[in-house]
Amino acid sequence: MSDVILEVNQLNTYYKERGEKKKHVCKNITFQMEQGEILGLVGESGSGKTTLVKALLGMVKDKEGAIKLNAKMPQMIFQDPYSSLNPSKKIGWLLQEPLRIKGGFTKEEREKKAYEMLKKVGLNDNIFNHYPRQLSGGQRQRVSIALALMLEPELLIADEPVSALDVTIQAQIMDLLLKLKEEMGLSILFISHDLRVVYKMCDRVLIMEDGEIVEQGKVEEVYKNPAHPYTKMLLEAVTTV
Amino acid sequence: MTIKKKPNYNFIIGSILTGLIVALALVSLVYTPYDPDAMDAANKFAGISLKHPMGCDNFGRDIFSRVMEGTKNTLFVALGTVAIGTVFGILLGAFTGYFGGILDEILMRINDAIFAFPSILLALVIVSLLGSGKYNVMIALGIAFIPSFARIVRAEFLKNRELDYVKSARLMGAGSLRIMFVHILPNTFSVLASSVMIGFNNAVLAEAGMSFLGIGVQPPDASLGRMLSEAQTYLFSTPSYAFFPGLVIILMVLGFSLLSEGISQKSV
Ligand SMILES: Nc1ncnc2c1ncn2[C@@H]1O[C@H](COP(=O)(O)OP(=O)(O)OP(=O)(O)O)[C@@H](O)[C@H]1O
Ligand SMILES: [Mg+2]
Repeated sequence: MSDVILEVNQLNTYYKERGEKKKHVCKNITFQMEQGEILGLVGESGSGKTTLVKALLGMVKDKEGAIKLNAKMPQMIFQDPYSSLNPSKKIGWLLQEPLRIKGGFTKEEREKKAYEMLKKVGLNDNIFNHYPRQLSGGQRQRVSIALALMLEPELLIADEPVSALDVTIQAQIMDLLLKLKEEMGLSILFISHDLRVVYKMCDRVLIMEDGEIVEQGKVEEVYKNPAHPYTKMLLEAVTTV
Repeated sequence: MTIKKKPNYNFIIGSILTGLIVALALVSLVYTPYDPDAMDAANKFAGISLKHPMGCDNFGRDIFSRVMEGTKNTLFVALGTVAIGTVFGILLGAFTGYFGGILDEILMRINDAIFAFPSILLALVIVSLLGSGKYNVMIALGIAFIPSFARIVRAEFLKNRELDYVKSARLMGAGSLRIMFVHILPNTFSVLASSVMIGFNNAVLAEAGMSFLGIGVQPPDASLGRMLSEAQTYLFSTPSYAFFPGLVIILMVLGFSLLSEGISQKSV
């Protein structure tokens, strides 16, 4: 039996904007994630996927329910690679920052690890001295992946890491994540609204509609025999394209 | 198609003016044509000549030397004022903007109350408590400038703390102080730079105003504002006495305005 790396029980989250009434985003979310699996999280835009994973990592203040994380230093690849890289820092500086904070590395060791990680995610060495604004969307996405992997996390949360990219680069990034998963023994919570991407990447899948998880199971089974009407609708939308 | 870039005249002219005035002040540290305080009865109200390019004042002191000295003092006070205002403004703005909550509410209400006074009025009150003289003027104006810097910095921190790069830094394990001063602060510099420039101008004018009123820089130190005040009596008999210090103040303010304008154009 493999170990459970993440256990979520009856999680609810709320947003409160000034002058508006509380918005209930995640509703009674309950699921488990196992060590070493890639778990897909699928749902339409606005269904609350980002909110859910941010809540898992303690970035949503107003929440109730139980979250049990059995992973050291879980890391996240943010959905928007434009706002998740500090615009005033060079890529090399950013990649070294987790090690700087952790401490116990010399400057040479840090730089060496940063260069190794750049290579691992398929980026050129000269990116080291570039600012985020000098990079393309795909390059930023790779930098985000590199940054998330610097601390060798056991759990990686990837929030639509390929949605903003064109198809060839999508495929490259997906292959990269699969390769890194094999090499580093990662568990990945993989968010997407694209069922085909999830089919390629994931072992199991959670289907989210309007803040609720309406269906979960092995990817093949869910795709072959969707139980919930919402899942059927999503699948039909894909096959008719 | 190539877009031809128009030269940034604001930046060029601003840098030249500012450079000249800073050079004038720096040179005065090691050299002035005459001792700025040396009185010479024979040269009372001497006109413009090669020996005294701006003439002499009512004590026969060389006005050019005094303008150099005064420029130095005025710049020094303005620099000190802006330094005090920015350092404390950054600290206050960073903590209130980043942490928010009750501390933020209280400090910002106090801030608003102070901000409601014209800064020169506030500085007058503080100087009347501390006494006059260039260091007290610096402290008084500096305190009066804190609220406006704190506001700007706070607004930037409020905006930045919600961005994903800050969440990402937190995931890396960065502590609050590190996030505030290493990760967020540099992203406020472009906004801060232009308000520092504007603040600098206000400081120059405020110092001149206070010295003009006789509560700023005290004799024997020269300051541009004091010179204007001393020159009042002789405005018609010896206009050059008031003209040159006034001109330097105008050029100084103009130079900084153009420079800050030019910098904000550049960063667009
Ligand atoms: N910081 C916030 N404050 C208030 N409301 C928010 C905030 N972030 C998200 N929401 C709202 O919560 C709901 C869920 O948003 P969320 O970003 O989690 O959706 P998502 O499933 O990730 O969508 P997408 O596929 O477009 O990324 C939306 O209605 C959104 O408007
Ligand atoms: Mg999202």
